[in-house]
Amino acid sequence: MLSRTADHLYWMSRSIERAENLARMLDARYRHELLPHAPEVLVRDWEAMLNALGLLSAYESKHGAIEPRAAFEFLCFDREHAGSIVSVLRQARENARAVRGSITSEMWETINATWLEARRYRAGSTEGGVGDFLEWVKDRSNLWRGVTLGTMLRDEAFRFTRIGTFLERADATARMLLARLPSSIEPPSVDAASADLNAWTILLRSLSAFEVYRKVYRDAVTPWRVTELLVLHAELPRSLRRSMNELHSGLAAVANEQSRETERRAGELQAQLHFGRLDDLTRTGTQRFLVSFLARLNDLADRIAQDFLVPVGE
Amino acid sequence: MVRLWGDMGAAFNEMQLPDGSYRPHYARYAEWLAEQAEERLSRKRAEADSLFHRVGITFAIDGEHEGMERLIPFDVMPRVVPIDEWRALEKGLKQRVRALNAFIHDIYHEQDILRAKRVPAEQVLGNAQYRPEMQGIEVPGGIYAHVAGIDVVRSDSGGFHVLEDNLRVPSGVSYMLENRKMMMRLFPELFARHSIAPVEQYPDQLLENLRSVAPIGVDAPTVVLLTPGAQNSAYFEHAFLAQQMGIELVEGQDLFVHDDAVYMRTTRGPRRVDVIYRRLDDDFLDPLAFRPDSMLGVPGLLSVYRAGRVTVANAIGTGVADDKSIYPYVPDMIRFYLGEEPLIANVPTWILRRPDDCEYVLANLAKLVVKEVHGAGGYGMLIGPAATRAELDEFRARIRARPESYVAQPTIALSTCPTFVEASLAPRHVDLRPFVLSGADITIVPGGLTRVALREGSLVVNSSQGGGTKDTWVLNT
Repeated sequence: MLSRTADHLYWMSRSIERAENLARMLDARYRHELLPHAPEVLVRDWEAMLNALGLLSAYESKHGAIEPRAAFEFLCFDREHAGSIVSVLRQARENARAVRGSITSEMWETINATWLEARRYRAGSTEGGVGDFLEWVKDRSNLWRGVTLGTMLRDEAFRFTRIGTFLERADATARMLLARLPSSIEPPSVDAASADLNAWTILLRSLSAFEVYRKVYRDAVTPWRVTELLVLHAELPRSLRRSMNELHSGLAAVANEQSRETERRAGELQAQLHFGRLDDLTRTGTQRFLVSFLARLNDLADRIAQDFLVPVGE
Repeated sequence: MVRLWGDMGAAFNEMQLPDGSYRPHYARYAEWLAEQAEERLSRKRAEADSLFHRVGITFAIDGEHEGMERLIPFDVMPRVVPIDEWRALEKGLKQRVRALNAFIHDIYHEQDILRAKRVPAEQVLGNAQYRPEMQGIEVPGGIYAHVAGIDVVRSDSGGFHVLEDNLRVPSGVSYMLENRKMMMRLFPELFARHSIAPVEQYPDQLLENLRSVAPIGVDAPTVVLLTPGAQNSAYFEHAFLAQQMGIELVEGQDLFVHDDAVYMRTTRGPRRVDVIYRRLDDDFLDPLAFRPDSMLGVPGLLSVYRAGRVTVANAIGTGVADDKSIYPYVPDMIRFYLGEEPLIANVPTWILRRPDDCEYVLANLAKLVVKEVHGAGGYGMLIGPAATRAELDEFRARIRARPESYVAQPTIALSTCPTFVEASLAPRHVDLRPFVLSGADITIVPGGLTRVALREGSLVVNSSQGGGTKDTWVLNT
């Protein structure tokens, strides 16, 4: 396959997955804000989120002080920066358009129709508010995934599409978990990290993992178990371990002469999640573990670009 | 019930006879039409628009910002051609393309036709589209115009004429294929009532032809489609054809030349390319040979091509045969190379570099159509009867300054076909572009792309100037 084609496929699926994860993050915030909160807590949470997305200064230069409604609209509909859901959907569509011959026509039509419809959404344009829009984004991503799995030949193009999806998903799950941890000094144990169990339930719901949690643990929600589920569960579609399994097998399937080291590093990370125990992995703190996980993921993304895609600066 | 209205004067009506009755090949369609509520057709038309948008069958207009693609208006009324008429047309088109290929071969070899003074040598050798780099080069099968789009029109007499030959990178075939798909989706009952010749085999025929012209000694050739990229107005067609043929859609940056061969960059390393179906003009193909500022081409491609180690289709240098200044000589080419009389006539053309022709045209400008010889897409054109006095004066000055840059033709009342316009069904002028494929054989998919001038009275069918398209049916009776 053309390297450029692989590059577009990879970014197409990363963008769709990113739109979905942005919707999931915002959905969690949206539900969270329906609970009673002190205003300064809301502002701090929004700051943390915008900062994690690298959009805090862009937001502040446009809107000044943090205001939840403006922040939602900034992350959903603002087409002037590349980080909003609508902008990310546009990037997905531009990448798909560049390789529309390499994806099935159903995939293209789904992604194109999504973009055409997304353009019609404006701040305040939906009766059900931003919640309706976020549901719609998740629906479209679910549809796209179904169409992809249901129509695409399991060839190299499919592998690169999946590699993009799971790299992005591992990144998002790690970030959402990280955002749930208290940002102050590292606490002695995860169980003591937060008394706000509601927030952990919301995290589970926003990762479609609440029912799964009940099935797996048949017990009350605790931060420790939530962390274990999201990091180490082998079968949970959005867990770090599951995403790394998919990423590693994807890389093995597309291996070329120069990609051995990339595959090895992905395998090493996957093996840690496969055989590791949560108290070992988080011995120096859950936060530190997640930060290092994100750094290693980032290294893999760079190496994938170098080995298979359009090398930067060529 | 749907009513037809409007009158296009002397123009040949594809559907109706002057007394208002229907031509035999439209009889069944007219029966069906009479049963339809106008509201149903409007709904179908809206459905077609939304489907085309969704599928992204759009073209980008130069200068419009990204993501702002437009639809080429699609008309739900088909253009019907009876089979016997099609067979005659097909024969004439094959004859014409055979002669054009022979002409290009001759021009880049012995130049017999120039020595016989049947075509003025300076018209050819001084033409910007003449590529001296091609002199003496052998191309596989001696074929230059692998894909030709020959625009034909029907005049008031009812006979077909060739209006223009397109031998460089003719486009529009994807609309032919998509229009058919759309009609079958919207009106399946019409296809049950009629025996319509299929067109879906086009991509297979094209691929077979492209494989057949691979460099000698290559058994399983790798064929790619070279596009200028997603910003190009015909990008949809490039992606569509590549997908239909199952070949890679490449941009210049995906290809490179190494050791006298062309390779593409893949996720598993370089892979050899044997045939390039290019949808990029000569000028942009190779910055080392042609325009040095081209970012779209492949440096070194020409030298590999000249060495016969890659095939480029259409060949480099075909533009010398489809220039408007060469067009008047095509009937003579047919006589010269084939020893036959042309089966399809040209539109009579005055060549303004000839002083007598020029004088006549200047005196009768208001009745004529004047075309710039290197113009394309309906630009640089004067339609005398529709022009203002100021426009006529301006063109008169331009012709006096550079008469060799212009040709003129009588205004032809292009035939009309009923078309769904805002108010109702009304006659609009149409042309027809069949796609002629040259490989081991010459093949033409029955029909082609019918383009329609949507503005009342307009004769310009180009999509960049407000033209639309129709499905074209070749009907077995």
